[in-house]
Amino acid sequence: MSVSGPTVESNMRDLIAASRPAPNLHRSPLELRALKSGILTALTWIGALLASVPLFSVIYELVVAGGSRLNWETLTALPPSAFETGGGFGNAIVGTLVMVGIATLISVPLGILAAVQLAILDPDSKLTHTVRFLAKVLTGFPSILAGVFVYAVMVVTMKTYSALAGGVALAVLMLPTVVLAAEQAMSMVPKKMKDAAYGIGCTRTQVILKVVLPTGAPGILTGVMLAVAGAAGNSAPLLFTALFSNYYMSSLTEPTASLAILIFNFSGMPYDNQIELAWAASLVLVLIVLVFNVLARLVGRQKY
Amino acid sequence: MNAHSEMKVAAEVAAPASLGIVMNCQLEKVFYGDFLAVRNSVVPIEKNKITGFIGPSGCGKSTVLRSLNRMNDLIPIFRFEGKVTYHGQDIYDKKVDPVVLRRYIGMVFQQPNPFAMSIYDNVAFGLRLNGFKGDMDERVEKALHGAAIWNEVKDKLKNSGLSLSGGQQQRLCIARAIATEPDVLLMDEPCSALDPIATRRVEELMIELKEKYTIALVTHNMQQAMRVADTTAFFGVDISQGSRTGYLVEMGPTKKIFEEPEQQLTREYVRGEFS
Repeated sequence: MSVSGPTVESNMRDLIAASRPAPNLHRSPLELRALKSGILTALTWIGALLASVPLFSVIYELVVAGGSRLNWETLTALPPSAFETGGGFGNAIVGTLVMVGIATLISVPLGILAAVQLAILDPDSKLTHTVRFLAKVLTGFPSILAGVFVYAVMVVTMKTYSALAGGVALAVLMLPTVVLAAEQAMSMVPKKMKDAAYGIGCTRTQVILKVVLPTGAPGILTGVMLAVAGAAGNSAPLLFTALFSNYYMSSLTEPTASLAILIFNFSGMPYDNQIELAWAASLVLVLIVLVFNVLARLVGRQKY
Repeated sequence: MNAHSEMKVAAEVAAPASLGIVMNCQLEKVFYGDFLAVRNSVVPIEKNKITGFIGPSGCGKSTVLRSLNRMNDLIPIFRFEGKVTYHGQDIYDKKVDPVVLRRYIGMVFQQPNPFAMSIYDNVAFGLRLNGFKGDMDERVEKALHGAAIWNEVKDKLKNSGLSLSGGQQQRLCIARAIATEPDVLLMDEPCSALDPIATRRVEELMIELKEKYTIALVTHNMQQAMRVADTTAFFGVDISQGSRTGYLVEMGPTKKIFEEPEQQLTREYVRGEFS
């Protein structure tokens, strides 16, 4: 039809179209829908700014109040007693690193194994749905209860507060985060990639080890870092498990200092020196978490 | 055991008659759960030829192809009745390990699916899996040459396989599949995600590859079957039982299937009267 050239009819159509006035395509900012759009856009901006106020004010406060006391002495020395000047929290830094390390060593292998089961081996069974649900419940688990639980299981039986018990308590809190993040990362590995691995003659184990885990690694690492950050700053589970110590730790089975508990203790004291150290310790805690995050980003960056 | 070795002997005796048949698919019934997906199809795959599988959607051509390397085993509700002989052995025999089988029968998928690794590692993947100890660089280069992609990637072997274009990714997948020098290459609509130029390149490649490999190709594109397949199998869908069951309607030299098919259904299909 359209190949047959202009007809009387199509000429008529063109004429009518030509006689129509040209539409106004200019922006009219006072029109109702343009107004609505502008107001809503402004609201989202205000919301975003308000949400970031607490974060930035905390960081500002930490740098201002804690930055001045940040030096080699505070990073290495032992906590001062009342009326003493100087001192630091080297033992608490070590204690936090050791206990977070123990918690990571426990929760990451366990969590990844659980995630393999949930994401790949048996993604749709009753057991899996139950475990996944429980993991989600556990992410909201009150951290003080994790402390009480480990107190009953480990501190009472070992008859001492210890870094080990503290690490286990933190592991309990890290585990669900690691499981859920790792499961998410692994189930995002495209099915076609797994098919390719099977098609080339991989066993199921090889598919998981050589394709699913490496491909999901950045996501798994992000989850681990989130869990580490949460654990490093958590004081409640350590109150009942690691307690505190004014000395450097010499074994895993004795009461151990941590930054979180130190901050908790010192911030309530009526001495300026201790309060200043609490601020400095808070800044160090934030910096530790930040450094780990940056390192994890660099190491776990999606390479391919 | 006895029956097994007898079968092997029988296959060897019958060899001269079925000269050059690498795989013989004697499918009786294939189920997904209770659903009968394909029935009664005998599809011999000849050595150093391209066997094309064509037919309307839902006719089971992909299912049949994926039965040839037991990829369907990954679907828990899949059930295969019949046998597929490969060098005289039934690959559905209980003693056969599908993982080992798949190292001899490579596969190229509908969607290009390189691993999230470098181009080099993608190609070396299968070789490392098999514990290859020789000159890896040489084998990787050879496979990339074989897949007609060497010139495009030789300067960026460390780059991600996922950074390539769709057509290049598919040729990379072909390189990955041929790196381990499999016997048979199963290609499941390998060009359906590619543009016409990339399609043309992959088709030319298939024709080169059949010198060394035996290819079974599923395609929804009849022109593609006409261009590359030596033998064509046409599958139809039987809806008479109230269900949709695929079956082999006719198989023969491609020219015959497209120009003078024996079955009315084939004639209608290749003329484009239904799809």
